[in-house]
Amino acid sequence: MAAVLELLLREEVAVGAVLRWLRQGPGHRPAEVTGLVSLSLLQKDFVPFLLNFLREQTSQILTNGPSTPAKTPNSKAHGSQRTGSERRASLGSFLTATPEALPARRGRRKGGSAVSTSGRQVPRDLGRSLAEEEDGKNDSPSWSGGRRKRSEVPLVSARSPPSQLNLNNLEEFPPMGAASGWTNKPSRRINPTPVSAERPLSKPKTCFTSTPVSQSPAARFSSGSNLEAFSTVQEGNLTSVISSSLQEEREMLKKERYGLSMMVIGLLILNIHLYYLIFSLPENLVPNIFLELFFVLQLLTSKGTSTAEEEEESDLEVNERKKGTLKFLAENERIASFSPTLHERLRQAYESSTAKVSLLLPCSVQSVSFQPETDNRSNFPSDRAFHIFKKQRDIFYELLREWEDNHEKTGWDFERVLGNKIRAMMAHLSATCNHSHFARLFQKQLIQMCKGPVGGGASWGDTPDQDVLNMLGPDNLSRLKRLQERFVVPQSIRGPCPPPSFPGCQQFFRDFILSAGSYQFNQHLVDSLCLKILELDGLTLVEHEHSDGEADMDEQDEKKRFTVVLLSLRLLAKFLGFLVFLPYRTVEQPTRDLQDSAVALRNQTLPVLDVLKLLRQSIRDHRSILTVPWIVEFLSLADHIAPFLDYYRKVFCLLLLMVLSEDKEMSFLNKLLILAVLGWLFQVPSVPEELFFATDVRQEGVMVDTVTSAQALDSVPLVDQQLLYTCCPYLGELRKLLASFVAGSGAKNGGFIRKITPTAAESLAPKTSVTQRKLQVELEQAFFHNQPPSLRRTVEFVAERVGSNCVKHIKATLVAELVQRAEVMLQDKVKEEDANHDKLLEEVCAHLYEEGAQALIKGREFCKKKGPEAVRVLLPEETSAAVLNSAEDIAVELATEKACGWLSANIAALIKREVKATFNRMLKVPGLPLPSEDALELRRDCPPGCQHRAPFPSQIINEIKDVLCVAVGPRDEGEVIDHDWLECLLGRLSQTLRCRKFMCPTSEQQLAKCTVELASLLGESVMIIKSNPTYGLLKLLLSVWKEDFGAPVPVQLMFSRKNIASLTLANKGSLVCIHLLQDFLKELEMLSRVFTSEHRIEEPRTNPRELTRQSLGTVTAQS
Amino acid sequence: MHVNPAGLQFSIHSQSQSTLLSIFSQEYQKQIKRTHAKHHTAEAAETYYQRYLNGVMKNAAAPVLLELANEVDFAPSLMARIVLERFLQEREQAIPSKTLINSMLRDPSQIPDGVLANQVYQCTVNDCCYGPLVDCIKHAIGHEHEVLLREMLLEKNLSFIAEDQLRAKGYDKTPDFILEVPVAVEGHIIHWIESKASFGDESSHQAYLQDQFWSYWNRFGPGLVIYWYGFIEELDCHRERGILLKDCFPTDIVTLRHSMAQR
Repeated sequence: MAAVLELLLREEVAVGAVLRWLRQGPGHRPAEVTGLVSLSLLQKDFVPFLLNFLREQTSQILTNGPSTPAKTPNSKAHGSQRTGSERRASLGSFLTATPEALPARRGRRKGGSAVSTSGRQVPRDLGRSLAEEEDGKNDSPSWSGGRRKRSEVPLVSARSPPSQLNLNNLEEFPPMGAASGWTNKPSRRINPTPVSAERPLSKPKTCFTSTPVSQSPAARFSSGSNLEAFSTVQEGNLTSVISSSLQEEREMLKKERYGLSMMVIGLLILNIHLYYLIFSLPENLVPNIFLELFFVLQLLTSKGTSTAEEEEESDLEVNERKKGTLKFLAENERIASFSPTLHERLRQAYESSTAKVSLLLPCSVQSVSFQPETDNRSNFPSDRAFHIFKKQRDIFYELLREWEDNHEKTGWDFERVLGNKIRAMMAHLSATCNHSHFARLFQKQLIQMCKGPVGGGASWGDTPDQDVLNMLGPDNLSRLKRLQERFVVPQSIRGPCPPPSFPGCQQFFRDFILSAGSYQFNQHLVDSLCLKILELDGLTLVEHEHSDGEADMDEQDEKKRFTVVLLSLRLLAKFLGFLVFLPYRTVEQPTRDLQDSAVALRNQTLPVLDVLKLLRQSIRDHRSILTVPWIVEFLSLADHIAPFLDYYRKVFCLLLLMVLSEDKEMSFLNKLLILAVLGWLFQVPSVPEELFFATDVRQEGVMVDTVTSAQALDSVPLVDQQLLYTCCPYLGELRKLLASFVAGSGAKNGGFIRKITPTAAESLAPKTSVTQRKLQVELEQAFFHNQPPSLRRTVEFVAERVGSNCVKHIKATLVAELVQRAEVMLQDKVKEEDANHDKLLEEVCAHLYEEGAQALIKGREFCKKKGPEAVRVLLPEETSAAVLNSAEDIAVELATEKACGWLSANIAALIKREVKATFNRMLKVPGLPLPSEDALELRRDCPPGCQHRAPFPSQIINEIKDVLCVAVGPRDEGEVIDHDWLECLLGRLSQTLRCRKFMCPTSEQQLAKCTVELASLLGESVMIIKSNPTYGLLKLLLSVWKEDFGAPVPVQLMFSRKNIASLTLANKGSLVCIHLLQDFLKELEMLSRVFTSEHRIEEPRTNPRELTRQSLGTVTAQS
Repeated sequence: MHVNPAGLQFSIHSQSQSTLLSIFSQEYQKQIKRTHAKHHTAEAAETYYQRYLNGVMKNAAAPVLLELANEVDFAPSLMARIVLERFLQEREQAIPSKTLINSMLRDPSQIPDGVLANQVYQCTVNDCCYGPLVDCIKHAIGHEHEVLLREMLLEKNLSFIAEDQLRAKGYDKTPDFILEVPVAVEGHIIHWIESKASFGDESSHQAYLQDQFWSYWNRFGPGLVIYWYGFIEELDCHRERGILLKDCFPTDIVTLRHSMAQR
């Protein structure tokens, strides 16, 4: 392999020849590449070799970005087991081999060493690789515990590269320290300090990279002449060596600046050529094309030579090269469309003011709205379950608010603060089996909060509210937002391969799951997520025939819908992956033995969601652009074992095939998105590294034949730049790199947030099961065949909506009427026999079912009326009468089918449910029979021309209460009730009672009761004082009762035990006077009858006349 | 006092007094709550009952219960309840149900002892903060303000779903009004309006937030609370999050202009 490279570098073999060599099978032996013939077996190993070579070569000149990992099966030595061939080499391999191999798989993740080396354990494999090359052997099966046996024989290469680079020469390539000099700002001066792993300000802490570009100190000491120095390093005393070498470096720089810069340029040119080579290939030879591109851009934008004045010349040269290469790239057909985007981005960096409005506004959490269809009492097994869930919903949001307010505060800990509350909540849910309801709420809230592009960070909304837009005006709003973005969006360059994460609000949901630690909840959530994923994945998103001139609009809509669906799917799949692999999660890669036993064990169980089937289907149906991105999210959360399971191995292989193979039909940006997400997936820590370069995936038997599908998506240009960046924010790193290169700093970042509008579910296709209707259906299909697709959509839409509205209408009219009637029946009967409510309910409902059959007739009428109206409004004005009629008929028929189908199946249950609910409500309000209240309220309206100026009922009750206070006592000395004032009060009472506007049943009942008490007390005083004026007040009251009250007045209470007792206490021996009240009592008796008869419902009240007599009798007897 | 339909005259005319009354009532209730436990021990109940019996033996017409309540600084209605409970317990040899007691307090004529009935009635009539009569007044005031609010909504052409309709549909928590089309009040979107015919002090507001307002938010999104008798200004701190406080019907209302523009 090194030999191939060497041939290339010596220009003994042309780049083009190497390319051809790479593209063609091993059997191909073109004349020009005779030098390569003997090496034909190495073809597939060349690419990873080359990649690592390039990383290493350039590590020292890259000053303008984070390390670019090369995910090749190198350091971990996990290469394909089948071939066992070497996949890793570096320029260093021409020169030396190391005596010691660092055991770290990825140095950065080990992170333990003093300087935290960048993770490239280059030297350890060098000797061996070289040895093997030299020997022409590459199949040494040196495997043990997943790690490659390190080479034991250090070898020093006899050759030097043709570019005259001598990395061993400390004078020319001095060793450089780690961890210093990193800056986001491109430097204007030479900064040969290598990019190191430790860039605390700019690098995500958990960024994983298999082979960062940066130089590991060890690599620099790998020359034979520095073996001693290297072994010092191996002793662990890196720091001192490095610091001293930094000194050296500086001094050397002063002397050798020019020479160095020339070397750098040479390297650049070399690299760019080699990359041109890689990009030129039709198949993807690299696992993550963006990673490589990032790397190239790093090279292009690195200004390693541009500061010193004397280097202007060379700088120019580099720039020219750069332009040339861009041209290269542009001319290349594979990169052709990428280049414009580069240019565009460059332009954006300059003209940020013309950038698109990104819809970004701070928005508070939105709650999931309560939907009676799924959330009301009838969806719960018991009252208790319903009420507990009511509480749980509120607690959930309380937790969410608490998290929102505090999670960013230092020292706030999710588990410590919320853990116990969450677990208490889980316990309640378990007690009432409410997990499914809660899982639904949880999932809805998740989508609601996190559907936005940046993971729904607490301060990131997706769309501005219309009202806000109205208030601010779009111009101000966009300015405001651009300003805000500049504040909010992090400028730092994170590198092209961030690990999977739960940004923003997603964090809450992840932590909630972890703290809840509830098996039941997780299971329900998994069910719920699977269902939603399947539903979304199966949506028809695109109609293909844009034949009717509305293509633009349709395409826009389709793109929007696609975006929403894709983002939702990715979110849900990420959480599904999190839940599914959660039990198996380990911090460290398990040892080989543990892995084998775990694989054996877990191979026996079925996966929760058959992603393999879905993936195959999607490839077959050309829908991978929708499916692959979410499957990637799902798999990115896989534990270390999962990729080794038979099942998931197949999934990974299939995905790999997608990268390696070329789908010519796929729209360019679609393909780009798939490549980007897959490339990212192959960098995820738990995905085994050897996967990509194990070329035998082609033989895994996972190939899928494709069919032409009406639902195909891949060829439709659905992905746009915004979506690409939303799904792969790490691609933004490319832009940042360029932007910071071009503008120096202050480039606009992360500006593309897609506006998301919710999408409606597809209408249900008509059911065509009945054989008689088959022909009709065929005719129908034929009718649609030659019509624009929008016609069909409209008809189906109308049918779906009208059908649904029809059911709602029947509920609101017919069913409501029946329920009302049931209420009256129940009202009568429930008083009679308090015993068996269930039986009563059953009887009443049975009575109503027959009438429920009317629903079908009414439903048909409804659809027949509404369907055509809607179709007419929605279809183009110019539609011919015949087409319109047919469309109307079909819509009506479909709607009727839908509505009546539902009604005939459910009307009885619906009636029963509604009657039961009403009945329960009725029982809950004792003594206040609802319908009679309504009836009485209906019976009475304000008098014509009423100005509603009467005193409020509350005011009158209050005043009567004051009167009663005095009347009931205790009274202060000389405290009396003024007769005229009382008369006035009764006058106003009359007014208040007549105006019905503010009256409510309880107020009226209370007024009735209070006035009866008042009358009773007045009667007492009549008996005491025998004064006519008070008697007049009683008469007044009597007329108010008779004329103004809508509610029955409990006049019988005048002679209640209490009042009689009061009377006897007050007036012993003065009973004669009661006869003065004779007239009053007569009228009272009549009134009493009126109230009883008005009150249609029979109440077990004593006959008022008897009551009066009784009371009088009691009074007489007691005296 | 007359009230015009918009309720403006009403609010200007009686605001301060009603507000003061509302605040007084809240403070009194807080005090009662603090001492509630003390009066509810079995020993205390026994003592009160015996004192009541002795009192009415001497003079059944004297306001025995009322004076007892005043003496121990407890709400008369609540004192009546304690004694009634004790009385029924002795009579029935069982602890009476809450429903029965409530029903007897509402309608003392159901109390099997005429003298006690009068004593209880006297207590409930003379209680300014507790008891069925006061509860009814509060309820009436609440209802009246809801009606006023409804009027204003109708006047502004804002269509809404009222509480009873929501309840009929099976909603588990129901604000007074849900707007069918949300509007912006002072720049904040609102979906629902709750009318509170009381003064919004800290403790009552916290209780309302917990029991009602956040629950509404959790189901329907942001909304508006109108405390007709005013509120402590500092409590209006959840505006950004979606709970707005006002002491009158808002004037700064922005509605969706879609349909208007198209016309």
